[in-house]
Order: sequence, then structure tokens, then C-alpha cells
Amino acid sequence: MTKRQSRMLAVAALVLGVGLAAAFGVTAFRKNMMYFQTPSDLVAGKSPVGAKVRLGGLVERGSVSRGEGLLVRFRLADCVKVIAVRYEGILPDLFREGQGIVATGALAADGQFVADEVLAKHDENYISPDLAASLKEQGGKHSCGEFKNTTATVTP
Amino acid sequence: MNWTWFHRLGSPPTFFRFAEKLAPWLAALALLLIGLAGYAGLFLAPPDYQQGDAFRIIYVHVPTAAISLSIYVLMAVAGAVALIWRMKLAEIAVVSAAPIGASFTAVALITGMLWGKPMWGAYWVWDARLTSELVLFFLYIGVIALNSAFNDPRAAARACAWLALVGVVNVPIVKYSVEWWNSLHQGSTLLSVQAIQKPKMSFDMLWPLLMSLAGFYLLFGAALLRRMQNLLLERERRARWVQDWLGEQN
Repeated sequence: MTKRQSRMLAVAALVLGVGLAAAFGVTAFRKNMMYFQTPSDLVAGKSPVGAKVRLGGLVERGSVSRGEGLLVRFRLADCVKVIAVRYEGILPDLFREGQGIVATGALAADGQFVADEVLAKHDENYISPDLAASLKEQGGKHSCGEFKNTTATVTP
Repeated sequence: MNWTWFHRLGSPPTFFRFAEKLAPWLAALALLLIGLAGYAGLFLAPPDYQQGDAFRIIYVHVPTAAISLSIYVLMAVAGAVALIWRMKLAEIAVVSAAPIGASFTAVALITGMLWGKPMWGAYWVWDARLTSELVLFFLYIGVIALNSAFNDPRAAARACAWLALVGVVNVPIVKYSVEWWNSLHQGSTLLSVQAIQKPKMSFDMLWPLLMSLAGFYLLFGAALLRRMQNLLLERERRARWVQDWLGEQN
């Protein structure tokens, strides 16, 4: 083997080795690399009552109701399960029914999720208002498939 | 396959003169395209149905973020060539690309933060996409730092090449982070299987983006050629061709 071939081998071995290590790493820590859990995960009891978690899902259509002051109640869904959320505070402009959001908070003893922060998750579709009107997609068209849960199998 | 042209271009004097001719054209075309795309993006493209005018930062954010990944891949390929074939020009390409890559990554991160605040409600979140892009930024900084830690420029360049090769594993992680894991960052608008079947962006918003993408790639090309030329002049300052070229300039 010439020197050049052995250097070629060293480069290939390094890239493959590091790639393999990274692949094992990200597979092992798959759950930790999820920015948020889904309603399915929470309903399946993946998080103890009172523990701080992030919950991501779609704001269920027709579920938003405003209470006293800044109190808002809504239901958050992935493709499988739904969970009731209550939040007191200012909502991002993109918050609306059918929209994907990520709420930080904890599960209360009554089974509701109490959020102290709500972030909007916008999708990767960009449409002009005229076209959106003709497509009747004014409210957005988030798909629940975007919310990958680590418990149940998702069938969008 | 005939590689003569490649070997000829790999010689510093030939490359230098080739870059000297090409760089101004790339730069001029880049500025023209970026200027047109900026005008089209700000005034001709309609507002987004959900995000309104705030989406227009996409015309800077997406090109710079895409190029920040491309530059790293280019750096790793040049690194492999430098290590295997000991090609001087490839070493120079690795060292020259790093600061440009760091700049594009910084712009992508900053424009992303400015976009995140009004739309998501937060400048920064530690989701997989944002975190891996930040790691990319640190990798570029690492290459720059490593390069200046050696006295011998060729040894420095080879060390940088190894780091570029190790770090390239992060590129698919950045790209696919939004598909593999739950993230606040949305999926890819331009490059995904679904996007090829059905475009995810209206055409009147899409064409300025593609124009801007082309413009920023050309800008990177011009910047890379110029940096490589500078480094060549410095490294080979005692060579005959540099003296000849400097003589021609006066």
C-alpha cells in the first residue's frame, strides 16, 4: 500500500468512525433531543405530575375559551391524544385554533397541563393572502404528523 | 478521465491568474442578484398569509443558512484532498473558507433570532436545529483558532483539515434535525421530498428566494477566491511568480 492509499484509508476511517459514533449517539439520545413531548407522551404517563416539561401539539379547533384577565383554556392534540391546557399570560401573534404551539409547564393533579410559556410553531408553507383565500387555508394547515411522539405509533 | 486541467489549475500561479479574472465577475453578478432579490423580496413578493411582512427576512436567512452548510462540506472535501494528495491549494481553500463560513453562520443565526422573536415568541430556544447550527458556528471558530495555533502554516492547514473532516458529521444533523426530532423550527421549504411533489411556497415568493440564493452563493465564490489569492501571495511571497505579478502591477 502506498503512503497516499494509507492516508486515504485514514481519512475514510475517520469519517466513517465519527459518523457511526454520531449515529449511535443521536439514536441513544433520541428522546433527549426532542425539544418537546406530545399529548400522547404525557397521557401515557411519561412525565410525573409537577415536573417541568414542554408540550407540543395543535390547538384543537373550537377549544379556545378565554377566562378572567389573561386566562386562556384550550385543548392541545397530536394525531392520537388530546390534553387540556390552561395558561395565563400573553400569547404570541400566531396563536390561533389549528396552529401548532409549544407550551412549557407542568401537569397538574387534575390532569390538566398548566403552562407558563406558550411559543407558536409556524409551518414551512408560504402562501400569498389571495392564494390562501382561494384555497380556503386562512387558518393554516398544520398537520398533526409534525408532532412525533415517542410512545404510540402516529397514523396521520 | 482527463485531469490535466485540474492539475494545471492546482498550480498556484495559474490559479491566481484564473481567480484574478473570475472574482470581479462573480462579485458583480452577486451584488446584482442580491440587489434585485432584495428589491423583489421587499416590494414585489406578497406578504405571507400567516406571518405577514415578517416572513421577508427569509430572503437573507435561508440563503445564508444553506450556504453555511455548503461551505462546511466544501471545507471537508478540500480537507480530504489536502490530506490525501498533499495539494497546497486545497490546504489554502480549507483555511480560507473557515472565516467566510463563520460569517454566513453568524448571519443565519442572527437573522433567525430576529425572525424567532415576533413569530415564535422567543429569540432563542435550545431545539435540535438551533443548537446544531450553533455547534456549526463553533466548529468554524475552532478551525480558525486551530489555524493560528501553529507556526508552520502547512501543519496548521492539515490540522484544520482533520477538524473539518471530524466536524462534517454535524452537517446532516443540522439539515435533518427538523425531521428526526421534535423542534420548534419548521421543516424545509425548498429541499424535501414533499416539496418536490408539491411546492411549499407560492411562485411569486419563491423566485426572489432562488435569486437571492444564487446571489449569495456567487458572493461566497468571490470571497473565497479573493481570500485564497491573498493567502497565496503571502505564502509564496518569495516565489518568482509573485515577484513577476507584483512587477506587473506597478
